[in-house]
Amino acid sequence: MKLDTRLLHAGRDRDPYTGASSVPIYQCSTFAQRDPEKFGPYDYARSDNPTREALEMAIADLEGGNRGLAFASGMAATSTVLLLFQPGDHLICAEDVYGGTYRVLTTLFRQWKLEVTFVDAADLEKVRRAIRPDTRAIFVETPSNPLLKITDLAGIAALAREHKLLAITDNTFMTPVTQRPLELGFDIVVHSATKFISGHSDVIAGLAAVRGEELGRRLKRLQNCFGAILGPQDSWLTLRGLKTLGARFAAQQATTARMAAWLCGRPEVSRVYYPGLPDHPGHEVHFRQASGAGAVVSFELAGGGDAAKALLRRVELMLMAVSLGGVESILSYPATMSHAAMPRPERLARGITDGLVRLSVGLEAFEDLTADLERGFSKT
Amino acid sequence: MCAKSTTPHLETLLAQAGCGRDASTGALAMPIYQVATFQHPALGQSTGFDYSRTSNPTRLALEQTLAAAEGGVRSFAFASGMAALDCVVRLFRPGDELVLTEDLYGGTYRLLEQIVRPLGITAHYVDTSQPAQVAEALARPGVRAVLLETPSNPLLKIADIRAIAAQARARGQLTIVDNTFLTFANLRPLAMGADLAVYSASKYLGGHNDVIAGVVVAGSPELADRLAFLQNATGAILGPQDSWLLLRGLKTLPLRLERQQRNAQLLAEWLARHPRVTAVHYPGLPGHPGGALLAAEKSGCGAMISFAVASAAQAPEVLRRVRVFRFAESLGGVESLITYPCQQTHADIPAALRARLGIHDRLLRLSVGIEHIDDLRADLENAL
Repeated sequence: MKLDTRLLHAGRDRDPYTGASSVPIYQCSTFAQRDPEKFGPYDYARSDNPTREALEMAIADLEGGNRGLAFASGMAATSTVLLLFQPGDHLICAEDVYGGTYRVLTTLFRQWKLEVTFVDAADLEKVRRAIRPDTRAIFVETPSNPLLKITDLAGIAALAREHKLLAITDNTFMTPVTQRPLELGFDIVVHSATKFISGHSDVIAGLAAVRGEELGRRLKRLQNCFGAILGPQDSWLTLRGLKTLGARFAAQQATTARMAAWLCGRPEVSRVYYPGLPDHPGHEVHFRQASGAGAVVSFELAGGGDAAKALLRRVELMLMAVSLGGVESILSYPATMSHAAMPRPERLARGITDGLVRLSVGLEAFEDLTADLERGFSKT
Repeated sequence: MCAKSTTPHLETLLAQAGCGRDASTGALAMPIYQVATFQHPALGQSTGFDYSRTSNPTRLALEQTLAAAEGGVRSFAFASGMAALDCVVRLFRPGDELVLTEDLYGGTYRLLEQIVRPLGITAHYVDTSQPAQVAEALARPGVRAVLLETPSNPLLKIADIRAIAAQARARGQLTIVDNTFLTFANLRPLAMGADLAVYSASKYLGGHNDVIAGVVVAGSPELADRLAFLQNATGAILGPQDSWLLLRGLKTLPLRLERQQRNAQLLAEWLARHPRVTAVHYPGLPGHPGGALLAAEKSGCGAMISFAVASAAQAPEVLRRVRVFRFAESLGGVESLITYPCQQTHADIPAALRARLGIHDRLLRLSVGIEHIDDLRADLENAL
């Protein structure tokens, strides 16, 4: 089946008992057993809940993995994956990784003796040079946040295979609709499903998809031990969002491509970051591994930090907020929002300047969005 | 009696949990904020809510209610009791050692042995109803905290929270109490000297077997700040729908627990007289070594009972025959449940350790609900 069809029918798409076209919300904590020596498929909802399971089956199918897992947030998914490692293990992480991932790695997991080297993952040679005897995994994000740098997923997967490392990627920006890293040799894909997958800015959720039975079992065990699970209501909302992901993402991507071109022609904008632009340095690599350029575009204001702040203050239609991927366009300011956890010198060194804004393009009409930005640019 | 007091009684606080927080509509019930992000009024300004992982209004209403009910500084709601406990464990560093109640929930044991021990944090398990054993364990040089489950699970032994917390404090160690079984409706560990109270809120706090949730209540601003950082950083939060259901459950907690405890007392007394029952563990029975400790705190005895039948073959028989009691994991709900600890809740504890603790294959555990006592008694009579 095609992906657009699987978005609606992957996993368990209806209720096996009543035929209801939507999976019921199993708001329950425990399941009565018939036989003390032979338990049924469900015993306690932290371990397995039928609603959550339907979502987990869907993401496993869509990403092409053996197992899917749903968590209380994207960070809960990432944190649980990081628990696969032991004190003294070393991890290579893309330097422009999500600020929350950077924070958890440099505070909590560093305290627990997981060592991390941050590298420019767009440069495979740099990644190769960072590999040490105690390295256990490479963690990348492509396109990266917020600069939309492209990492060669097949190249990273080959490097990981050669050195027996786990290859892990955060696929939030692309979703399985446009990019399926497990098919390119990755072991684990994590998502902040809060973003495009749910798509309505109404759920906090995380997902993981795993290639390999044994690795799937290990992660499932960690999910159950730590219990950072997604509740049934939020699982159901995420499943509901998944149904329109293909249609939403196609529309949002088309508007974003027009928006990127439009921004390139604006005198107020000094630089546009979008992998769909032909002169984007990662353009070719990106389209080898993904079928679309996504719906996030970042741009730098010629007027620097003051112009960026003025724009954020003047827009009316776009929401000034953290997060992205919703049907509503969201304009955010990485310096004080998504990357606030990163020290300023570190942030500037990574190109996340005070003049940089990130636009997550929603389903509004293109003309209304450009009018809103024009309003924001005026008088700068 | 205390008309001048501005602090409402627990029943009042809980009955009105989340009430009157929605000024724009006056809605009595707390709205479910099914939302991920919040628009900023202006750059550099916040409504107090930025992103729901960090804080969500529905979860906040719940967290504030729980902090007030427990008498803590601040509380935190998690995706499960294990996620709450995980967050607490992350307060410690490799090399730190913890002392725990030896007959504790199997999931806690699994977390500490399979996940936390490889990270370099060692757990020591002692009978926390024995003050001498606790004192000896706390004297070990690396010990940073003691985690008490009281009443213990499934043997319902009672720890002396005040005495242990005083000892731990004198040594600069934290006292953490898993208060799942008794809840703040019976016992307030923070007022007794503990630093943190943790809960599987899936149990009595939620009370309807319809939510998986966990709670940590902090007794000091310093611990609250560290927990807030951890909750946001690792993101194992409770969603808005589940937060709302928990808030709803809390409103009837005192009522439910009162009925459940009364049923449990009557059932324990009846079981103790039953010819096919060889032992009954319930703190409300005369002669239970921990009963006096609870009485001194004016605490009820909870609604958990464990009992032993004469032979290993009889236990599965009972599980097959019950009709009113449901054979399922978990506890604390309005429906009565029966479990078989050695194969269910405590399956992750090695068999040898289980045997030493007395969690043998003749032991059954009851979570007594709010059904009519006559029906519960008749059901067990028939099953036995």
